[in-house]
Amino acid sequence: MDAIILQILNGLDKGSAYALIALGLTLIFGTLGVVNFAHGALFMIGAFVAVSVQRLLGFSFEQIDPDKTDFLGNPLKVKMTYVESWFGPEVGGAIVDWSVPVAVIVAIPVMLLVGFVMERGLIKHFYKRPHADQILVTFGLAIVLQELIKYFFGANPIQTPAPSAFKGSFDFGVLIGFDPNAIIYPYWRLVYFAFAAVVLGGVFAFLRFTTFGMVVRAGMADRETVGLLGINIDKRFTLMFGLAAAVAGIAGVMYTPILSPNYHMGMDFLVLSFVVVVVGGMGSLPGAVAAGFLLGILQSFASMNEIKSILPGIDQVIMYLVAILILLTRPRGLLGRAGVMEE
Amino acid sequence: MSKTNITRRGLMRAGAATGAGLALPTIFTSGATAFTNEPTGDTVTFGFNVPQTGPYAEEGLDELRAQELAVEHINGMGDGGMLNTFSSKVLDGTGILGKKADFVTGDTQTKSDAARASARSMIEKDGVVMINGGSSSGVAVAVQGLCQEAGIIFMAGLTHSNDTTGKDRKANGFRHFFNAYQSGAALAPVLKNAYGTDRRAYHLTADYTWGWTQQESIQSATEALGWETVNNVLTPVGAGDFSSYITPVLNSGADVLILNHYGGDMVNSLTQAVQFGLRDAQANGKNFEVIVPLYSELMAAGAGDNIRGVYGSMNWNWQLPDEGTQAFVRSFGEKYGFPPSGSAHTCYVQTLLYADAVTRAGSFNPCAVAEALEDFEFDGMGNGPTLYRGADHQCFKDVLVMKGSDNPTTEYDTLEIVEQTPVEQVMYEPNHPMFGGDEASLGECNDGA
Repeated sequence: MDAIILQILNGLDKGSAYALIALGLTLIFGTLGVVNFAHGALFMIGAFVAVSVQRLLGFSFEQIDPDKTDFLGNPLKVKMTYVESWFGPEVGGAIVDWSVPVAVIVAIPVMLLVGFVMERGLIKHFYKRPHADQILVTFGLAIVLQELIKYFFGANPIQTPAPSAFKGSFDFGVLIGFDPNAIIYPYWRLVYFAFAAVVLGGVFAFLRFTTFGMVVRAGMADRETVGLLGINIDKRFTLMFGLAAAVAGIAGVMYTPILSPNYHMGMDFLVLSFVVVVVGGMGSLPGAVAAGFLLGILQSFASMNEIKSILPGIDQVIMYLVAILILLTRPRGLLGRAGVMEE
Repeated sequence: MSKTNITRRGLMRAGAATGAGLALPTIFTSGATAFTNEPTGDTVTFGFNVPQTGPYAEEGLDELRAQELAVEHINGMGDGGMLNTFSSKVLDGTGILGKKADFVTGDTQTKSDAARASARSMIEKDGVVMINGGSSSGVAVAVQGLCQEAGIIFMAGLTHSNDTTGKDRKANGFRHFFNAYQSGAALAPVLKNAYGTDRRAYHLTADYTWGWTQQESIQSATEALGWETVNNVLTPVGAGDFSSYITPVLNSGADVLILNHYGGDMVNSLTQAVQFGLRDAQANGKNFEVIVPLYSELMAAGAGDNIRGVYGSMNWNWQLPDEGTQAFVRSFGEKYGFPPSGSAHTCYVQTLLYADAVTRAGSFNPCAVAEALEDFEFDGMGNGPTLYRGADHQCFKDVLVMKGSDNPTTEYDTLEIVEQTPVEQVMYEPNHPMFGGDEASLGECNDGA
């Protein structure tokens, strides 16, 4: 029983990331009709915003320590961050320690801008082109972006730790009557799940309860009619692209303490997120979220030793098997609606 | 007016005669070439085949820096580095057998097929006489096989699988880097002292040749101490999130987690093991421990604080006090501004060893070079007295047991040397079962003639 609860918990944080990326993908597809293969790259760029903020806050000057020597035998240059120098070691240290949450605040405008530039600069020219062209151009863009990140940040994963207050893990098992250490779960993963729930709830509330959201939803349902009412739907859809980019970006920022950022993380998540979108149903926002969590949890279960001993390698193919099964039984996905990608 | 009668048969005869005439000089030339890519000009070209893109690109680029430095030293530029401390004195900074050393580079991408393609291109188009480099055993085994077929020497870079000089050993391939068996043999006594003989180990293992042999080796070494192996779980390379593999560990009855991972996988699995509280946990009345059998400085930097107090092993480290190490660190540090990694060291040494062997053999013929390298004993290259064993083309030297430093002063000393395990402790027979047993064979040297 404890193993089952553990895998459900494991699936929640992975599922949260899938759901956040898939939500953005679905938003872009639903509003602009574009299959955006560069969306995973936005998740990666968000993660590297966290790395950049960490480096900016860690920007330091050198002081000579006459008592120590470096590897060449010269007097050791000790680094002192400007933040600690300005605010004192305690406050400055705390700011550096909280670089990931700080990066979320920085990432929102940065990602909105990145999304805006991406949409206006490239993707808008492909709205009336076939899906194959859109996939090719956005896939190419994803490769360019990941190579740029590798050029500036290198190929190795970069540690981006969570704030000290969230290090360590929570003994969830004791809370529900299991032995100590039976079900432990890192604090930061709980934070990530809560964060994902807030973001997903916020996006749904925005679309549901604001006039802007209502117009966007109306545009998703019937773009032409909304346009005939004199509403500039294109402008709103561009803003939605920015919003989707921001969601993917902050999802990437918050994921960095779980998975050290590397230049190919976007591509790793993208493929699985597309499977999530297909399983959820193209164009369905609730479907994307539900499928994200469902597949995240299923993937965790498939990694259990007991399952792998019966079906070796199942953890690598489970998501695709589920996708095949869903497409065979429900070709529109779990919550897909008629008319989407159907000629 | 003349009439020309051209028949089909006549045309074919004339064509055959012309073709044979044109081919004649080439036939004589190829007959004059005694072996593949025999250098005929005043330069000789090395092929440095390293990962310049992909997950091990940082290590590949560090290898490239060291290889460039080695070429400079062979050609008499710079301060000479390890040539000043190398026990063999035949290299005098004037190149190799009167020819200046030059090099071309290829990108393995840490993929066997890409590595073979770039190696083939360097052999066929650039005429390289030797290929050196790489950061993956899968790649090393693939490129070694290609070099054997092509008739040139392969001086392996970072490859730690037993198979490279075990069941997949080749007469044209040579490895200076240590191997998984030696990691296990070096670590075992240190682990015994640190954690005792009553331990239960759980292995997470990268699912490819290096991971398998690393796991087999460390399991054998720890079981010889009296440790019990609770489970071995194969994990896909590049899994990213290892949480599903880590969470069952605490309830498995194990009190040690052995991470047979390298590169980005090791950084992620170790970080996540720490996040799941394994290093703070108690199991079987003991502190739960994590072990990483193979370390690299670049990985250690990536793992940050999580590596503190974690044991592992290395082929070489820049903090060694011997003259050879210091000479290399000085050369490399002054040129690039930071100390070299272990992968840089092994590629630098391999390049010098090749140049030295050619000079001692008096020929670039790969079979003469192989003969000069076989059972060659040397010193002054940073690992103490070293033997290039002829039976399997594996170097035998001291092995370093490392630990994540508790108080690193800079980003370069995140690891500290715990013990320099003497070579006698990491020796094994060439027909050891983990190295292919009696069936393993180098085969015949191929010079491509």
